[in-house]
Amino acid sequence: MQPASTDLITSIMPIIDRWKQEEGPLLPILNGILREFGYVPREVIPTIADALNLSRADVYGVVSFYHDYRAEPTGRHVLKLCRAEACQSMGGDAVAERLQQLLGVRFGETSIDGSVTLEPVYCLGLCACAPSAMLDGEVIGRLDEAKAAEIAAEVRS
Amino acid sequence: MCMVNEIDYGTPASKSDRMVTLTIDGKVVTVPEGTSIMRAAREAGIEVPKLCANDMMKAYGSCRLCLIEIEGRNGTPASCTTPVAEGIKVATQTDRLGSIRRGVMELYMSDHPADCPACAEGDCDMVEMAAKVGLTENRYGPNGENHVAPLLHGDTNPHFREQDLSNPYFAYDPAKCIVCSLCVRACGEVQGTFALTVEGRGFESRIAASMDDPFLESECVSCGACVQACPTGALREKTVIEKGMPEWSAVTTCAYCGVGCTFKAEMRGEEVVRMVPYKEGQANRGHSCVKGRFAWGYATHKDRILNPMIREKITDPWQEVSWDEAFAYIAKEFRRLQYQYGKGSVGGITSSRCTNEETYLVQKLVRQGFGNNNVDTCARVCHSPTGYGLRMTYGTSAGTQDFDSVEHTDVVLVIGANPTDAHPVFGSRMKKRLREGARLIVIDPRRIDLVRTPHVQADYHLPLRPGTNVAMLTALAHVIVEEGLVDEQFVRERCDWDAFQDWAEFVLQPEHSPEAVEKYTGVPAEQVRAAARLYATGGNAAIYYGLGVTEHSQGSTAVMAIANLAMATGNIGRPGVGVNPLRGQNNVQGSCDMGSFPHELPGYRHIADDATRAVYESLWGVKLDNEPGLRIPNMLDAAVDGSFKGLYVQGEDILQSDPNTKHVAAGLAAMECVVVHDLFLNETANYAHVFLPGSTFLEKDGTFTNAERRINRVRKVMEPKNKYADWEVTQKMAQALGLDWNYQHPSEIMDEIAKTTPTFAGVSFDLLDRVGSVQWPCNEKAPLGTPVMHMDGFVRGKGRFIRTAYVPTDEKVGPRFPLLLTTGRILSQYNVGAQTRRTANMTWHEEDRLEIHPNDAEDRGIRDGDYVKLASRSGETSLRARITDRVAPGVVYTTFHHPDTQANVVTTEYSDWATNCPEYKVTAVQVSPSNGPTEWQRDYNDQAKRSRRIVHAEPAE
Repeated sequence: MQPASTDLITSIMPIIDRWKQEEGPLLPILNGILREFGYVPREVIPTIADALNLSRADVYGVVSFYHDYRAEPTGRHVLKLCRAEACQSMGGDAVAERLQQLLGVRFGETSIDGSVTLEPVYCLGLCACAPSAMLDGEVIGRLDEAKAAEIAAEVRS
Repeated sequence: MCMVNEIDYGTPASKSDRMVTLTIDGKVVTVPEGTSIMRAAREAGIEVPKLCANDMMKAYGSCRLCLIEIEGRNGTPASCTTPVAEGIKVATQTDRLGSIRRGVMELYMSDHPADCPACAEGDCDMVEMAAKVGLTENRYGPNGENHVAPLLHGDTNPHFREQDLSNPYFAYDPAKCIVCSLCVRACGEVQGTFALTVEGRGFESRIAASMDDPFLESECVSCGACVQACPTGALREKTVIEKGMPEWSAVTTCAYCGVGCTFKAEMRGEEVVRMVPYKEGQANRGHSCVKGRFAWGYATHKDRILNPMIREKITDPWQEVSWDEAFAYIAKEFRRLQYQYGKGSVGGITSSRCTNEETYLVQKLVRQGFGNNNVDTCARVCHSPTGYGLRMTYGTSAGTQDFDSVEHTDVVLVIGANPTDAHPVFGSRMKKRLREGARLIVIDPRRIDLVRTPHVQADYHLPLRPGTNVAMLTALAHVIVEEGLVDEQFVRERCDWDAFQDWAEFVLQPEHSPEAVEKYTGVPAEQVRAAARLYATGGNAAIYYGLGVTEHSQGSTAVMAIANLAMATGNIGRPGVGVNPLRGQNNVQGSCDMGSFPHELPGYRHIADDATRAVYESLWGVKLDNEPGLRIPNMLDAAVDGSFKGLYVQGEDILQSDPNTKHVAAGLAAMECVVVHDLFLNETANYAHVFLPGSTFLEKDGTFTNAERRINRVRKVMEPKNKYADWEVTQKMAQALGLDWNYQHPSEIMDEIAKTTPTFAGVSFDLLDRVGSVQWPCNEKAPLGTPVMHMDGFVRGKGRFIRTAYVPTDEKVGPRFPLLLTTGRILSQYNVGAQTRRTANMTWHEEDRLEIHPNDAEDRGIRDGDYVKLASRSGETSLRARITDRVAPGVVYTTFHHPDTQANVVTTEYSDWATNCPEYKVTAVQVSPSNGPTEWQRDYNDQAKRSRRIVHAEPAE
């Protein structure tokens, strides 16, 4: 792995300093970096570990546990489609297939034009409105083919 | 011969005094409160199936095999995480539990290779556990998603990972892993490195080193704790994979550092398969480091010399001879030398690497056979000031505690020691206590790992200038007296009050205040004051020190200053406190105990004492000289002067380890018969006339005494490849010199030691075989030894405070030599490296590097990795630079593990005023860019190469 560039370190240091003295500072720091960059560049792990006097393994274990701490930048939009049991039973499979076609990406991928990243999610707590999804933090319920097309149009615009 | 098997109780023992009684499977069991049900059951002989539990680590409760039922409670809790409670009735085996366990195990087995070789060999618990829970078939089959197969449905399997073979000693095969986390916990809880983690989650989760790096590039220090903990075949020693599982084992003691870890040597025939730390070992409690666990390959290295050799001149090639010829030659030469040059013209050097029994024989040979006291030991160059300083203040020449004591310590003060590198297993035990909340003060010119390492951070690091220990320690005392932090009750009861008052008046003088000494030490006074307050008021405070204290012109003074601090604050005579020298070599304590010094008979009794001499005179049937003999430096001086001609050196490389290499070389070259007794043709052997092959710790019986005075058994697991154990060689040499020695076994030598030495009176091999180990004094008053000394009063009666005036060393920086060089050790290598350089430990440390601060490097135009010349007024050498801010500006640091570096060409002849211990830790030097080896290094290498030629004897017809 490449060592983190000076620029990268300069930009994360304020985030680390903001939380370092708090109790349990690792997750707030990672969230702060996620807000700032939209992902958690893996090169910053040694810097965080050093600042908090943790091992690199300690930090890596936490970072790799949470799917949201992605290693790569996302597209301009992030669409999370629920793939859990309730949504599957309400036609989620068809919607998933349709959305992948419309967006031209598979799960876990970002479209070539950088417009959207599609991710699976396992339950948004919205089973009553299944199948459900979340676009850039906003939940959408009762997905069907029409709504899928609407979403595709929105992220492409 | 059989395997030494240890019971795994599943969870650590509880330390509670309150007892709880419960019923397990109808058996009434009484255990301490806080014990897990799993452990209580095991103590009652009931084995609950388990995969993720191990009594070295806290319970975790992830494998779900160890479920039990408790009458009147719901569910099936894990027995490892459920503590015992008064009166509960536990069932470990019911139909319901059996069915749950089979279900769990079935899932595990569906993701475990059917052809796991470790399972087949009995090195993987999976098949055994499957059998134990009664799993006979698997409904899930091998075709679902799994981590096992490289190919899945004709495609590459995204879950499959290749083995990681990067570590030279063990292999990690993710396909066999069940992610039970035992390795992760061992790395954190036991070793304290935190190099491992679980990556990802759910079915994706996997054990990873650092950031999913190869093990070798991760933070891993290769201690082996994870391999030992792994219940599957995922982490295995490469030697086991290559050679197969061991067939028998014996408990023995590691021959590296002064921690003295107990190991099981696991064998196939006469071949070591692996060394596994022994949980009942009271020094290491089941833990190990990369050296003891893995770096034993030198024992069978091709460089080992197996036949005796002689040569008339050191410029001749070696001639292999028979043992008898070698002994006859030595006897003839030593007799000739004594006839020609006088009785005092010969002497011997004992080894801190050999057993107590062997050391005892060498000093006996010198005293009884040579008829003089010209015997010394390598402890001269390391801990002789400890012996002197602690004897003057407390009355014994040894550390005051056992290692377990650290578990009760609230404030740890480390000075001039680097435990995580030089005494790694104790370092791990110390770090464990620090993670539990003990405070830490580090006094060291260099930022050692302990100052800041994951989950451990020193409260104070006082980075003093090399050579100013006494000023610093006296300043700490100043604060303690000035601010009224003295434990007056302790001092009045236990110490000499007049001496205390004299000392208190001395340390109170304004020139000893932290403000005043700042100009020598370079450490801000406020930091010193804060550290002193913490040491004096933080609860149980213990001092751990090493060669950074002793190897100075004021080494003995510094030891006394440390002893003063502990007395003044009442930190002596109970668990958790004390003064603890971290001894360098496996048996440096023992070699000192055994009368290796020219002025002392075994048990630190002065040679001038008539009663003591009488004991030996009547037993040995000779008159002993009542005058102390020559120390190593005196022997070399006398050799250069022409009055010292013959030397028997057992297991020490004085040319590499003693100061001022050129002077040592000149001394050796001036002798007429140098006998080197060692495993390898070491550097000293380049100047030898007789070479006697030595034996390794695996090839002999005996005892080593570690830094906590613990006498540990060394057990023979193979015949000496050189034919004779070292004690037999010394004995045969004595016989050739006409002495009537007839020991059949080292136990008889120990019996003689016990008979003649009051502090060892109770020690015998029988006792050690029964109780494992004892700490001396071991006699009528303490039949099982003495873990903590000075409990009810000091050995010398009243503890004695001694004034410790700071006298700056004569070794000063100036325009020609503006930097201070100090030296140290690294984890993977050991001392002069004769052993570790002959193992795969070279992977971690190929060469010695010179650490230099970026400012000093920049001034000299030195870049990281450049060759630099390191020069002092004694000599010069060259090595490559490492630029780091671990050292302060003005200080440079190197290790001394490689003979090519020859760091001791640079060190000077200054030494401790009381004991002649060389001042290795301070040398004024200059560093400049260089193209490669210096002239001395080239000449030396040529000479060494010429000197190592061997003419092999024709095999007998």
